[in-house]
Amino acid sequence: MAATEHAPVAAAPGAAPARRPSRLFRNISAKIASIPMVMIALVIFVGCTLWTVLYSFTKSGMLPRLQFVGLDQYDRLWSTAKWWVSIQNLAIYGVLSMILTMVLGFFLATLLDRKVRGEDVFRTIFLYPFALSFIVTGLAWQWILNPEHGIQGVVRSMGWESFAFDPLNNRDIVIYGILIAGIWQGTGLVMCIMLAGLRGIDEDIWKAARVDGIATWKTYTHVIIPMMRPVFVTTLVLVASGIIKLYDLVVAQTGGGPGGASEVPAKYVYDSMFGAQNLGQGFAASAMMLLTVVIILIPWAYLEFGGKKRG
Amino acid sequence: MKLTTSLLGATALCAMAATAAQAVELEVTHWWTSGGEANAVSKLADAWNATGNTWVDGAIAGGGDTARPIMISRILGGDPMDAFQFNHGRQAEELIEAGLLLDLTDVAEAQGWKDLVNPSSLLDACTYEGRIYCAPINIHSWQWMWLNNKVYTDLGLAVPTNWQEFVDTADEVRAAGKVPLAMGGQPWQQAGAFTVMSVALAGQDIYLAVNRDKDEAVAAGPEYAAVFEAAAQAREFAQGSNVQDWNQATNMVITGAAGAQIMGDWAQGEFALANMTAGTDYSCLPGLGVNQVLDAGGDAFYFPKQDDPEIEAAQKELAALLLAPETQVAFNAAKGSLPVRGDVDLGTVNDCTKKGLDLLAAGNVLPAGTTLLSPDTNQQVNDLMTEFWTTDMSAADAQARYADIIANAD
Repeated sequence: MAATEHAPVAAAPGAAPARRPSRLFRNISAKIASIPMVMIALVIFVGCTLWTVLYSFTKSGMLPRLQFVGLDQYDRLWSTAKWWVSIQNLAIYGVLSMILTMVLGFFLATLLDRKVRGEDVFRTIFLYPFALSFIVTGLAWQWILNPEHGIQGVVRSMGWESFAFDPLNNRDIVIYGILIAGIWQGTGLVMCIMLAGLRGIDEDIWKAARVDGIATWKTYTHVIIPMMRPVFVTTLVLVASGIIKLYDLVVAQTGGGPGGASEVPAKYVYDSMFGAQNLGQGFAASAMMLLTVVIILIPWAYLEFGGKKRG
Repeated sequence: MKLTTSLLGATALCAMAATAAQAVELEVTHWWTSGGEANAVSKLADAWNATGNTWVDGAIAGGGDTARPIMISRILGGDPMDAFQFNHGRQAEELIEAGLLLDLTDVAEAQGWKDLVNPSSLLDACTYEGRIYCAPINIHSWQWMWLNNKVYTDLGLAVPTNWQEFVDTADEVRAAGKVPLAMGGQPWQQAGAFTVMSVALAGQDIYLAVNRDKDEAVAAGPEYAAVFEAAAQAREFAQGSNVQDWNQATNMVITGAAGAQIMGDWAQGEFALANMTAGTDYSCLPGLGVNQVLDAGGDAFYFPKQDDPEIEAAQKELAALLLAPETQVAFNAAKGSLPVRGDVDLGTVNDCTKKGLDLLAAGNVLPAGTTLLSPDTNQQVNDLMTEFWTTDMSAADAQARYADIIANAD
């Protein structure tokens, strides 16, 4: 490095010292290639998000309109019963979906990791639902949970006359019906990612644990899972992003549920913007969704990346 | 020889181009996808194709709530279709204000629509700053109750002729194992039934005071309290319906699983398909037999602005054609709706359509909810009604929230 810097100076002693190639132009081809992505990130993600938040303070109907009304849209949002139901539903669905997909996914991955015969077959079967769109999933589970032709009907026809399993027509538990469909669809992917993580664990760790006489389940909880932390973080992010944008599953399975009992925030945004022709309300609702994500994201980001600076 | 051939060829091309220039393709979008509706739309397409132009059909399935956002996004996105169908009223209000729709005032004046279209609220709904922007095509009204005669006669009861008689006989119908009032699970049906009851039981003036004048004091008042009480009763009667779509609920009445349904006159198509005769097999009570007023809802065609003068001329031609007498007769007879012009004869119509035509001719019409309330307010009312219908919300609570919505309506 030093040789190249001094060489031009030595070569032309009378001339002005040659300028070092600017850091900006290093790796120029890679930087040019990433310009589209940077533009998209800036314009669409950052720019459009700011635009949405700005217009959430206006009284926009079908078309955006710069008629500022302060916090009116938020006032109305938080006094709308439908919004409260949406948030409750998302909270229940989110927490349970997160926990159950991770636990079930990890459990299935550990089972598959035992070098069973036909592992490929099982992996395909478990991953298959993930290939289905939420619309197909929602429709299929609507039929499966139909009281006359689905599970309740089949069990009743087998003799258990008083068997009742009709979540989709019950206001209080319809969100659990949607949860079943969501978990069925998402567990396969979590399982595959966990399996990859498990496979990345060195064989020697297992041998060492066996030599030390640690029980298998303890090996998992005290040794393996801490080692798989990055994998868990990845799956957490994937599952979380799927949860926050829950919309098409609800539309396909219950259409908002009996009397609006299975509403979710994303559906509230869509219905306000396009059904009610009230962009202002929709923007306010999506700004609230953004706020929720940010509130969870910022402390986590600080924990992940902030610590290193101190070290 | 070569010169002659090429000259002949050039002339032939010019001639073809000239005829091609006169035949315009118009893309028309709508949401009429059920059997009867598709049949009705084909009458419009046939009439347009007969003029030498081409009707390019753009049907969108899923009903108005699904189709309207799609149509609006296309128009706002800069690739508008040539004509589209909305309901009468305020659904296209902002599009008109934004200057995206074609002004049809010259067509209206040339064809004399102001004198022909009855009621005038159909044109008023799409008039902005004195200019007309739509071609109303039919009138559908919500204010009907359909009853299966056999259900009542089998129990030795007289078929109810008004709401009170229906309420009185409901317990016996329920005791016979039938659902007194069939009701589908979609919000618009529950809200629609409530509107019918409010016009019938509270009366026209009170209904207009709340829906047109947005008077929340009246909405919170005693007349509407009575309506909400009746709605709570209706909710009782509808227990056990367990169906989603409106035609499934109508089917319950047709098969005798239910005694009655509150539904608009588009339900007649289902009875006709089941070969039932009005008066003998089924009865209809306009205004629930109490207050014989119909609301004039229905459909109208709007035309987005295109930059091509040839297409604009074709759009205006289509607008005029839609209200022509022959088109009105063919379309409305197939759709089961009432024509917008009073000077056409639909031919032999059944009892119930006759009742509707008579009420229309007598001027017993109200502007429809879609004309008076914005889509935002309509959705809030739908949400409230669907929640009321599926929980045991008290009538008083529901009325308080309804008054709130009306107070904030724009």
